[in-house]
Amino acid sequence: MSRKLKLRIWRGDADNGGLQDVVVDANEGEVVLDVIHRVQATQMGDLAVRWNCKAGKCGSCSMEINGKPRLACMTQVAAYGDDETITVTPLRAFPVIKDLVTDVSFNYKKAMEIPAYEHPKELKPGEARMEQIDVERSQEFRKCIECFLCQDTCHVIRDHEENKKSFAGPRFFIRIAELDMHPLDQLRNRKRTAQEEHGLGMCNITKCCTEVCPEHIRITDNAIIPMKERVVDTKYDPIRWLGSKIRKREGME
Amino acid sequence: MANLERYKYDVIVIGAGGAGLRAAVEAREAGLRVAIICKSLFGKAHTVMAEGGAAASMGNVNSGDNWMVHFRDTMRGGKFLNHYRMAELHAKESPDRVWELETWGALFDRTKEGKISQRNFGGHEYPRLAHVGDRTGLELIRTMQQKIVALQQKDGRDHGDMESHIKVFAELTITEIIKENEKVAGVYGYWRESGAEVLFEAPAVIIATGGVGKTFKITSNSWEGTGDGHALALKAGANLVDMEFLQFHPTGMVWPPSVRGILVTESVRGEGGILTNNLGERFMFKYIPDVFKDKYADNETEADGWYIDQDNNRRPPELLPRDEVARAINSEVKAGRGSEHGGVFLDVSKRISAEIIKKRLPSMWHQFYELAGVDITKEAMEVGPTCHYIMGGVEVEPDTAAAVGVPGLFAAGEVAGGMHGSNRLGGNSLSDLLVFGRRAGMGASEYVKKSSANPVSESSIRAAAERIEAPFSRSGGENSYSLHAELQEVTHNLVGIIRTGEELKNAIEKIAGIRERSASVSVSGGRKFNPGFHLAFDLDNMLLVAESTAKSAIKREESRGGHTRDDFPGMNSKWRQVNHISSFDGSKVNVREQALPAIPKELFDLFDVHELEKYLTAEEVAKGGSK
Repeated sequence: MSRKLKLRIWRGDADNGGLQDVVVDANEGEVVLDVIHRVQATQMGDLAVRWNCKAGKCGSCSMEINGKPRLACMTQVAAYGDDETITVTPLRAFPVIKDLVTDVSFNYKKAMEIPAYEHPKELKPGEARMEQIDVERSQEFRKCIECFLCQDTCHVIRDHEENKKSFAGPRFFIRIAELDMHPLDQLRNRKRTAQEEHGLGMCNITKCCTEVCPEHIRITDNAIIPMKERVVDTKYDPIRWLGSKIRKREGME
Repeated sequence: MANLERYKYDVIVIGAGGAGLRAAVEAREAGLRVAIICKSLFGKAHTVMAEGGAAASMGNVNSGDNWMVHFRDTMRGGKFLNHYRMAELHAKESPDRVWELETWGALFDRTKEGKISQRNFGGHEYPRLAHVGDRTGLELIRTMQQKIVALQQKDGRDHGDMESHIKVFAELTITEIIKENEKVAGVYGYWRESGAEVLFEAPAVIIATGGVGKTFKITSNSWEGTGDGHALALKAGANLVDMEFLQFHPTGMVWPPSVRGILVTESVRGEGGILTNNLGERFMFKYIPDVFKDKYADNETEADGWYIDQDNNRRPPELLPRDEVARAINSEVKAGRGSEHGGVFLDVSKRISAEIIKKRLPSMWHQFYELAGVDITKEAMEVGPTCHYIMGGVEVEPDTAAAVGVPGLFAAGEVAGGMHGSNRLGGNSLSDLLVFGRRAGMGASEYVKKSSANPVSESSIRAAAERIEAPFSRSGGENSYSLHAELQEVTHNLVGIIRTGEELKNAIEKIAGIRERSASVSVSGGRKFNPGFHLAFDLDNMLLVAESTAKSAIKREESRGGHTRDDFPGMNSKWRQVNHISSFDGSKVNVREQALPAIPKELFDLFDVHELEKYLTAEEVAKGGSK
């Protein structure tokens, strides 16, 4: 069962560009990425779009579909009305390279700024013992496919280029939370550096990131809020503050 | 070329999947400067799609497991066509490689004692796959990606620049491996973003480019699986071994059409999923081959009993090696007993609770719910075979991963051949890429320390540049998308899961025809992020791979593992002694026979002689392994 779909695609580069209308066949069960590929193969051979797995596992085909940050491979054409025009545009928080492809290098730079995992020195390979329940907290965050939709939607940086320098964004708050909750990680003060160096304090928990996460990671409730609460505890409780100075670590470990 | 972008490194790694990243870590830790080059963004490699786990005989769930059991399973799975030394190294070293990931921050699922949990998989005698739900590949990639960041942070502290000793060049395609004086001297390619060309000079190049799935119409592979490394190696003078062996994973999605081929993890069967046809019959009992009769249950009671008591029941036949299950599904569908959309039914909902399904198979639940509207906690999935993995690949020295015949070239992971013989067991690819990724890193490091300067000549640069420019200088030629679709039809119809000599002959002619026409492909638009331009190079690689596969397949007159000939249905122990070696003479692929290395006595003696009699010739059995 095929139908004619009206698709509006943003085409252009960093200098200029605009929306172009095309009509393309759409078959039963197809996702937006399928029809973009059909446009590419039949009408616009040089239409730029990123994709890899086409199964919601790699996080490459991030774009905005009718203004909402989404994975094109997980967005059913049938979710839109028969007469509705589907508009696809590049991620707004990042500079356009060409058409639907943006420069997401910001995220890779931020990844390099998060201090790495530190394994206990005395623990040899194979000796680690962890409870399933303890690894599950961090595992939730390690489900992240790095689609960067949470970064794209986050209003701290979406239209505020000036904030990018001091704000790592939701993707990297869950990375810090994951390490902070890792049963074996030896590096202390992750919450405090999240606050002081990675801009955790700029987040005012509107939960937009959680809403767009295709992996349904509870970014705000399970990562950001717990870290914020403990940062507050540690910073403003004088006994914990003193304890942290003496033991050279955060109070809430 | 005066304004050409140029770099010098000790080691170039092409491919940022599991094997490439593991190789890069090893080479950096050996003190070398390393460039990692990948076609996609960093962290998107096809390894993220691996679901089930990494096979390693840690013995955490069943203490009876050890490297010898794993070695035997691997050889059986590959129908004894494996390079024994690779299978041996793999079985011995994979536990250490998995444990090592834990020291880099990986968080595997746990047993009750807090050790790494291990799950059952097809062809593995014991629960052996270290896993994280059904997203183990993602965990491997992320762990190694983050290990590389850790190394970069250390370089930042030691050298003042995080990218001074290991740098990722993402979205860059390599079009050529350049040799000077018969040795590797560097690689040449272009940035996908801008189309600008780049030269990397280095004495050692590690190919870790993965597979060839996009040569086929129905595949679990992403767009990147275009056989780049296979083709680059061939053109550089290396050999490919046993390219006729392709793994059709038995369970890909079949409906709706847009998701056809997407992988349904074997863990569904490992967790208790059963396969039925449209009569409701659990058909796998009919397809247990003689060589496996003593290891698999022939009735439902025993098969079901195995999930509770593995010591006193034989395994359910749903967990036969992948080639057996794929052929069985194919036969059921051909006999008219398939599902509405040409697959069979896979049901896990009757055996385990909705809660456990969502916990152990979360991405499967998500994938079916979002893409097919099927709730796998309540209903069956429709599944059918999909082109998943190539066992064939670059011929390498097992211990160093050095490509035979090309000094300075190394290969690891799916692109390398030999390890899996004629059929790979599930879970053995993640452990393969860890074991041989590391060995390639070690092999390249040893080589670099002994090598001397070997600069790339201007004439080599000019030749590589001309090749990149070629599709733009032509006009009116065919479009690469339609040629690609045509190639996929040919491979699907004529070089697919069931083959005949007549069809293969036809395929070889057709592939040659497409290759001739591809020489005139022209590209519209500019160089900047132009997928049509990118596909022109991928197409060239896929055509070489398809030619190698078809020419190897027509020679092998038997059926074994991932190569089934309708006109030669049985396995023949004469053919077990033969590897097919593909080489490239500049215009076409040539395939010749080469003797498979004989199994040494100490490994030979790990098997029951009656089992070996099923695979080896009487003379080989009498000889009892090489001394």
